Amino acid sequence: MAETPTRHVHFPGMDTTVLGADEIIINMGPQHPSTHGVLRVKLHLDGEKVIGSECIIGYLHRGVEKIAEHRSYQQFAPYVDRMDYVAAVSNGLGYCEAVEKLLEVEVPPRAKVVRTILTELQRIASHLLWLGTHALDIGALTPIFYCFREREEILKIFEKYCGARLTTHAFRIGGLQYEVYDGFEEDVKRFLADFDRKIDEYEALLTTNRIWVERTKGIGVLSAQDAIALGVTGPVLRASGVKWDIRKAFPYAAYDRYDFEIPVGSHGDTYDRYLVRMEEMRQSRRICLQAIEDIPSGPILGKVGKVMKPAPGEVYHSIEAPKGELGYYIVSDGTTQPYRVRIRPPSFINLQAFDTMVRGHLVADVVAIIGTIDIVLGEVDR
Amino acid sequence: MGTVVEFLKPHLLPLLWAVVIVAVLPLVAGYIVLLERKVMADIQARLGPMRVGPHGLLQPIADALKLLLKEDIIPANADKWIFWIAPLISVTAAMLALSAMPFGPVFQIADLNVGLLFIVAVSSLGIFGIVLGGWSSNSHYALLGALRSAAQVVSYEVAVGLALVSGLLLAGTLSMRKIVEAQAEQGIWFVFLAPVGFFIYLVAGIAELNRAPFDLPEAESELVAGYMTEYSGFRWALYFLGEYTAMLVVGGIGTTLFLGGWLRPFPNVAAFDFLDYLPAVFFLALTGYCFYRTPKQPVPIQKAVLGLFGLLCLSFAAVLGWAATLPAEAAARGGILGAFWFLAKVLLFLYSFMWFRFTFPRYRFDQLMRLGWHFLIPVSLVNVMGVGAALVLHRQAGWPLWQGLVLGTVATLAVAAWLVLVRSRRPVAAPPAGEEV
Repeated sequence: MAETPTRHVHFPGMDTTVLGADEIIINMGPQHPSTHGVLRVKLHLDGEKVIGSECIIGYLHRGVEKIAEHRSYQQFAPYVDRMDYVAAVSNGLGYCEAVEKLLEVEVPPRAKVVRTILTELQRIASHLLWLGTHALDIGALTPIFYCFREREEILKIFEKYCGARLTTHAFRIGGLQYEVYDGFEEDVKRFLADFDRKIDEYEALLTTNRIWVERTKGIGVLSAQDAIALGVTGPVLRASGVKWDIRKAFPYAAYDRYDFEIPVGSHGDTYDRYLVRMEEMRQSRRICLQAIEDIPSGPILGKVGKVMKPAPGEVYHSIEAPKGELGYYIVSDGTTQPYRVRIRPPSFINLQAFDTMVRGHLVADVVAIIGTIDIVLGEVDR
Repeated sequence: MGTVVEFLKPHLLPLLWAVVIVAVLPLVAGYIVLLERKVMADIQARLGPMRVGPHGLLQPIADALKLLLKEDIIPANADKWIFWIAPLISVTAAMLALSAMPFGPVFQIADLNVGLLFIVAVSSLGIFGIVLGGWSSNSHYALLGALRSAAQVVSYEVAVGLALVSGLLLAGTLSMRKIVEAQAEQGIWFVFLAPVGFFIYLVAGIAELNRAPFDLPEAESELVAGYMTEYSGFRWALYFLGEYTAMLVVGGIGTTLFLGGWLRPFPNVAAFDFLDYLPAVFFLALTGYCFYRTPKQPVPIQKAVLGLFGLLCLSFAAVLGWAATLPAEAAARGGILGAFWFLAKVLLFLYSFMWFRFTFPRYRFDQLMRLGWHFLIPVSLVNVMGVGAALVLHRQAGWPLWQGLVLGTVATLAVAAWLVLVRSRRPVAAPPAGEEV
């Protein structure tokens, strides 16, 4: 069995001449309980202080991009659900919109609004999962059960809508496959009605908790310059103080119709990232409340043929997935199958900031920092 | 032969109590685990164990059987003898500490004149079990867990000791029995005289037990299971037994010193005499609930188990009710009711341990040490001085005791506030910027 080749890295912060002390290398993962999947982190330690780290990925590589070259445009759509499997609806939205752009298809307004509602619900579900596991990593055993309780409501709505809870394949190229079920509006409204109070509940457990604040404030600081230089997007970028959200910058789906704020942080630490995501859940609720009041009537599928043959050309389309900018770059050679699909996954690129964030912190902070980046390994490895 | 019997005669009752404790303790520990899982489930909005027996009542027995039947694994590189003996040290130390614990005016194995000192000394020997277990496992995670644990227990021992001193000053004795009797004479539990001491004891006690939010030695998200990582089967169960017995010990010390031990609330007020019937009423209510739920159980064996449990509660109610009707001087009355109140107060401690565990995130190791050395120890030192000064003023200058104690508490709280403010004003050290490789 071939061992992953390791670069020899010399870390300048380490003086190995004193006391003959040598750096300790600890292998965290891929089976460690708090690496969120099959991430393997090689930590170079000086005592308990981290002086360097290497993320070793690829344990979940499935060749999604290569598979795309052997599937028709419609056939590939379910595959994207398996990348960020806790936010499948967002993945599907990005892919469908990219192909629609390539085909130059107009999506009916009803489909756009329903897509927006489902995607925002998915954002809430994804953030809830993040909150629960992040708190669990830091030792708070209880919030995850509250988060799953609310996430369950969202998944039930998905299940009623398309029959699947996780890998939903909720949308079709050109619009929606299904008309929304009877009672969809009521279900969504019922969920949103007291979700605000639920967020208050989570915040009561954590936001002003002295231990939580001590564990997260000043941990994993990422400056705005570093964040931009590393290409970080999503809540991680916004917590560093950069107001960048694709929903506002290049509005897609029906986002241009709704009022919402983009929360930004100022310190770029784990605590700010926590606050930003909590506020994002409130804003998602706000978007959903506006959208659910006024779903336009009309068709749900635009004019797309059974056989999709886009003209030769290329397209890049990106959306604001729960974890950051999710982009699809699709090259068409005029056949029914894409010539090349390149996916820009937010988790993979955000993970590149891990080393910058983790240096100088203690081992206990590593789990907090892995949690705060909010990675899904299915998306990192594809 | 006759002389042996004569020699043993005064020791028969203590021997009986010792056998009772050793025989019953594993069962009690098992049911504390069940209680913890039920409390956790309640806090986390779910049901907890419901399958093995009605409401999971037989779960501890099933768990114990499973652990007994598991393969006994000793890692190839482990130091076998030490690996073998380490869990025993943990359990023995914790059990030994129970030998001086007054579960009631009658139910106490030995009333040593240095009882409290003995308990604290013996129970802190349990740390050897943790350190040796972690070291002999020959694994990084276990070793790190053991080292953390050692540092933590040694640090918090100081705070615990100082917190206990504030209570001891008020009691004027180290004998566990006399401490309770002092509270009966003064007519007030020491928690009301030395609230700061009690609070520090509670916090530092949790830290000494290595329980959340100070459960760094076994922080599962960092160190997998800490010093217990390589243990499995019955050895692991022994560690668990030791841990839960230590919880009982910490709860027992706190109960004896601060919550009036086996005394019922308001022991000297005749108007509250009806409280003596409360234990019986409580168990009657439990019996009623069991019988009410019995027909609703799905299978006959579940019905039988819950019915038997109801009968058990009924017999407890009968014994407690019988004790309450005895004349006040009867030893049985004080012993039985006292045991109930003592255990009820210990359960209060256990519940608070569980409550904290499921509510708070976990401290980081350096933060934990800072909390111990920079906050708890200075505050408990000032507290000891405050209580001592109040006693001196009371005895020498004739001040009312409560005035001195209020002043001392205020001074202690002022110091605590100053420490908190100074600490929070200190700038958080910025982590070094990422260096280029």
